[in-house]
Amino acid sequence: MTDRAYRAAPAGALRVEPLGALTAIFDRRSMQTHLVVSPMPEILEAMGEDACNVAALAARLAASFDLDSEGDVRPILAERLAELTAMGLVERA
Amino acid sequence: MRHRTRIAVGPVQFRIGSDWAEPVAALESLYAGYPRDEMRPADATVRLFAARPWRRWLRPSVHIGGDFVVPDALPLPLSMGLLAAEMGMNLQVALGWRRHMLLHASAVAKDGRALIMSGESGSGKSTLAALLGEKEGGGDWRLMGDEFTLIDPAGGDAFAFPRAVSLKNEAIAEVAARVDAARLGPLLAGTPKGDIRHLIPRPEAIAAMHEPARPALLLFPRFGGEAGIEPMGEGEAFVRLTEASTNYVALGEAGFAAMTRLVRETPAFGITYPDSAAGVALVERLWAEAAR
Repeated sequence: MTDRAYRAAPAGALRVEPLGALTAIFDRRSMQTHLVVSPMPEILEAMGEDACNVAALAARLAASFDLDSEGDVRPILAERLAELTAMGLVERA
Repeated sequence: MRHRTRIAVGPVQFRIGSDWAEPVAALESLYAGYPRDEMRPADATVRLFAARPWRRWLRPSVHIGGDFVVPDALPLPLSMGLLAAEMGMNLQVALGWRRHMLLHASAVAKDGRALIMSGESGSGKSTLAALLGEKEGGGDWRLMGDEFTLIDPAGGDAFAFPRAVSLKNEAIAEVAARVDAARLGPLLAGTPKGDIRHLIPRPEAIAAMHEPARPALLLFPRFGGEAGIEPMGEGEAFVRLTEASTNYVALGEAGFAAMTRLVRETPAFGITYPDSAAGVALVERLWAEAAR
């Protein structure tokens, strides 16, 4: 399967507010509120402004979090990226 | 329209017009103690009208209109004209108000701090607020409202909307036993919401209706079952209050900011209670122990 590249919403488009176990994200473009749980906020933060594919994202997250015990996280990250795309918080680069 | 009046509840100035005299007379009696300012422009318009001219007399049925309408809403018989007026007023505020974030919640205040109670119909939020507002001896609670609580998006303060309290079914006898009969409206029996009787808030609550209060405690009551207290996280309170807000979406980022601030700064609990006395006791206990 090809490892597609994605790009997170541009800086300033989202307002991210952690609320305990949930994180509320306000998308200024759509005026929609999204409620997400980990690892969605971490993924968005790790993506930053650049386009990145699942392999690059896994590497970035591994640098910040202990993912060794998780096995291959790439299929999970691909699913989460698809969900973030459906919410409009991430788009295909 | 033939019959009209103006009523100010909290920051909302209503203009109410009716094809019949009865609903306007009933409103003027319930709201006689509220401040009146005929010169102030109206914020919301409610119209009570007959669908056909002859229906003013023949089996009169009251349609509810105004700035906003609910299509296909069934009319009410003229004997329930007061309920129609109240529903019309709620509807205009719920759909039209933008100056504050609106929570479908009751509220009482003490020492400039607000206790906000949100719950579905039947949760007892109105009854608890009414009973606290009428409490003997410890009667220093000010009723802010039984239906809507307004949150200032900029500062975060709660503002009152102390319309006449809509007592339903069992709550009618419970409250009627404690208050002067002159403060109760007519009994509206067999409405779509059951029996309804309105309670005029205490004069102090009406006089203080423009005074803000700082949100200090958020409660999500549920009537029935054993008495219990469940602390609620910020995220769950956020979800529940966005569902309980009629204008959260319309306010955009201002609503988002006001809501995140409210749930972060205000401790929240779910409570269950078997009867009103137990409910009031739980509320007082949490206020003493957990309110900010």
